[in-house]
Amino acid sequence: MSVQAQPLRAYAVIATQPLRLRRVRQLAAKSLFGLAALVSLVTLLPLGFILWITLQTGWETASALIFRPRVGELLVNTALLEVLTLPPCIVLAVALAWLTERSDVPGARLWSWLAVAPLAIPAFVQSYAWVGVAPGMHGLFAAVFVSVLAYLPFLYLPVAAQLRHLDPAMEDAAASLGLAPWRVFLRVVLPQLRIALCGGSLLIGLHLLAEYGLYAMIRFDTFTTAIVDQFQSSYNGPAANMLAGVLVLSCLGLLGLELLIRGDARYARVGSGAPRPASRRSLGRARGIAVLLPLTLSGLALGVPAYALGRWLIAGGSEIWQARELAAAFGETLFYAVGGALATTLAAIPMAWLSVRAPGRLQRVLEGCHYYVGALPGVVVALALVTITVRVALPLYQTVATVLLAYGLMFLPRALVGLRAGIAQVPVELERAAIALGRRPVGAILSVTMRLAAPGVAACMALVAMGVTTELTATLMLAPNGTRTLATEFWALTNELDYAAAAPYAALMIALSLPLTALLHAQSRRVAGQ
Amino acid sequence: MSLLDVTGLSKRYGPQIALEGVDLTVPARSRTAIVGPSGSGKTTLLRIIAGFDAPDAGRVTLNGQVLADGPLIAPAHLRGIGYVPQDGALFPHLNVAENIGFGIEAGDPERDQRVSELMEMVELDRAMLRRRPHELSGGQQQRVALARALARRPALMLLDEPFSALDTGLREAVRKSVMRVLSQAGITAIMVTHDQAEALSFADQVAVLRGGRLMQVGAPGVLYWQPKDRETALFLGDATMLEAQLGEGFVDCALGRIPAETGARRGPGEIMLRPEQISLSPAATGPQETAACHGEVEEVEFGGALCAITVGVGFEEARIRVLVRSPGRDLPLPGARVRLSVHGGAHILER
Repeated sequence: MSVQAQPLRAYAVIATQPLRLRRVRQLAAKSLFGLAALVSLVTLLPLGFILWITLQTGWETASALIFRPRVGELLVNTALLEVLTLPPCIVLAVALAWLTERSDVPGARLWSWLAVAPLAIPAFVQSYAWVGVAPGMHGLFAAVFVSVLAYLPFLYLPVAAQLRHLDPAMEDAAASLGLAPWRVFLRVVLPQLRIALCGGSLLIGLHLLAEYGLYAMIRFDTFTTAIVDQFQSSYNGPAANMLAGVLVLSCLGLLGLELLIRGDARYARVGSGAPRPASRRSLGRARGIAVLLPLTLSGLALGVPAYALGRWLIAGGSEIWQARELAAAFGETLFYAVGGALATTLAAIPMAWLSVRAPGRLQRVLEGCHYYVGALPGVVVALALVTITVRVALPLYQTVATVLLAYGLMFLPRALVGLRAGIAQVPVELERAAIALGRRPVGAILSVTMRLAAPGVAACMALVAMGVTTELTATLMLAPNGTRTLATEFWALTNELDYAAAAPYAALMIALSLPLTALLHAQSRRVAGQ
Repeated sequence: MSLLDVTGLSKRYGPQIALEGVDLTVPARSRTAIVGPSGSGKTTLLRIIAGFDAPDAGRVTLNGQVLADGPLIAPAHLRGIGYVPQDGALFPHLNVAENIGFGIEAGDPERDQRVSELMEMVELDRAMLRRRPHELSGGQQQRVALARALARRPALMLLDEPFSALDTGLREAVRKSVMRVLSQAGITAIMVTHDQAEALSFADQVAVLRGGRLMQVGAPGVLYWQPKDRETALFLGDATMLEAQLGEGFVDCALGRIPAETGARRGPGEIMLRPEQISLSPAATGPQETAACHGEVEEVEFGGALCAITVGVGFEEARIRVLVRSPGRDLPLPGARVRLSVHGGAHILER
């Protein structure tokens, strides 16, 4: 092959006059830190509110409100709920994940989808379905039962991802060291699931503390239901505020407990090269029995809601499809979902960028603020914003802006996780290559980094939007009068015991949430490299 | 005439010294390799030349234009310096043609023609124009990255370990074609690598960097045969170091008397011999043989074309181990007595 020599001409873009020298300004990084610090300050509002209100209430009133039998009762209820819900969740999640990922159970792919699918059903719709099927359900055990069904996917997802991610070479090594298969599972596999189990359990624990609708529906009192009741009867009275204080302490306690149990364990694969995909263990004759577990769980968590909902929809006939009202609620929900997603993502951008490109001590502190606020129950965020707007910024009370701010605070971690991953997957080398090819730094970021991060950003916006769609507590407490979203309308109708009329709203919420479920499932597969 | 001048360049990251007082002159239309172990500061040097980082002190000038004067620097996107990163860093959302055309101004009527000229230059098939980067092999990716950087007709091209991700066989072929493209286009190139063999075969000028300091700069042959110190000698290849007495035009050491350029130095010193300077033959007896150097084979490592043989030589009560490279045929067995003869002169290391 003959190659012609290219004549070397100076390219026109290259400046012919002398280049001006400049000091590299860290202005961009500094202003990003400023913005991230601003967002962090806002995230501290709920905690600041609790401290402020406690100081203002004074010790005597506060202790009178905190140390009373009613609070003790709620504390026992909440603790029992946590203690009774988490162990079955852990056992079921590990069993289910092992069956779908590491065994030859028939239809493993389908079961893995169905194990995640309950996420599409808002927890309060799950309990609405069960109350519809078994009207006598109430109290602690009903609460534990429905909680397990509604929240199991939060543990199943990380455990299944981790199981898929494990290097089978380690199990082979253990077997060659003389361990029987079940001991390999106990001594090698299970310990490596610790981080996934801790993370998933924390998520469920926080949801148990924060959930309102599920427990209100089956008449089980937790801190959150008690706060909402107090709030609805006496607005922001000190009683509700003090209960919120105890609730925040419980959340922080849970966070600390998880940190303690997880320790500084890190299970990374040592060595290079991609791990070989894990093999599936043959169940032999137990295949038929094993399939009963995913079948039963799917039947309870998906089949029963589908049956209940279908029954109400049929019983209600065409009367319950009030097109105008449904469309209005749908439109309003969509408005809040898109607005919340935009606001939350914008707020998370500075922190996400700094976490990837400028890690350091200050960045870690700020990022901690961004994450902790997601652990706070919606009821606390709402209570804080109600009090602050009423006392400090009355024009903002019961406005769309305040609702969006609440969503921003509650869903900030979701947006941050997605954005961070999106930015992190674009190597800084690509940006440098673009700059060396004559793009201005800002142009390089827009045309390369942002372009490549766009799918990740879109995915995290979708996650936030879906979260907003099924949010009930904060929306009930903060939304302007006359706001009708799918969730609030559903709630109003079930409170009037018009279960049939509520069914279309539930169906619409599930339809809107299904993409979220598919997205989460796909994401957990991609992380594991499949 | 020099194209790039680097003087007194220093850079620290916190307490970590990355570069200290580096001076480097790169002649126009030449190829320079900066070689050093990992952490020696070679990538930092490249990043400062490219404009991605600012030095703490020192100057960088390109063609008389000052690019960096201490912390004051000219922006990277206006420098007109080409840059080929380690793994090519092709934009994954663009196809081959769009990648190559990335640096050509939008709306340039000659754009399509330039892209196909560049494809031809780096020996890429036109059929690949519409492929995405992930559909290319490692070698093809590097060629696209080179074509992309050539599109702006840079006076200087920086290559950051461009071949390290490629397989051994492919590496050599890609290196050769990159060298040809660069010299045909008359582009000055600086390549950073930790592979000394790659540096020696790529460059007209090799600069050895260690601990942020430039240890030695020179033509590959000069550096290989006349390294200043032990570390540089060993970094560029296997070598045997021996204590020696320096005389007038010769040295006396464990291997006998060897010619050497001793200059004005006399007395004890350290010399270096490359393994290919020493050859082995079966030990013979006879009056003239008593003066020759003999040793005992300790270890034979078969390596195909060239095998490594370690020979123990007794010298002043001590036993010195000498590394010899020998073709794979008629290898001596361990324990055999052999005669060692030295070809060429010994190089005296600086103290």
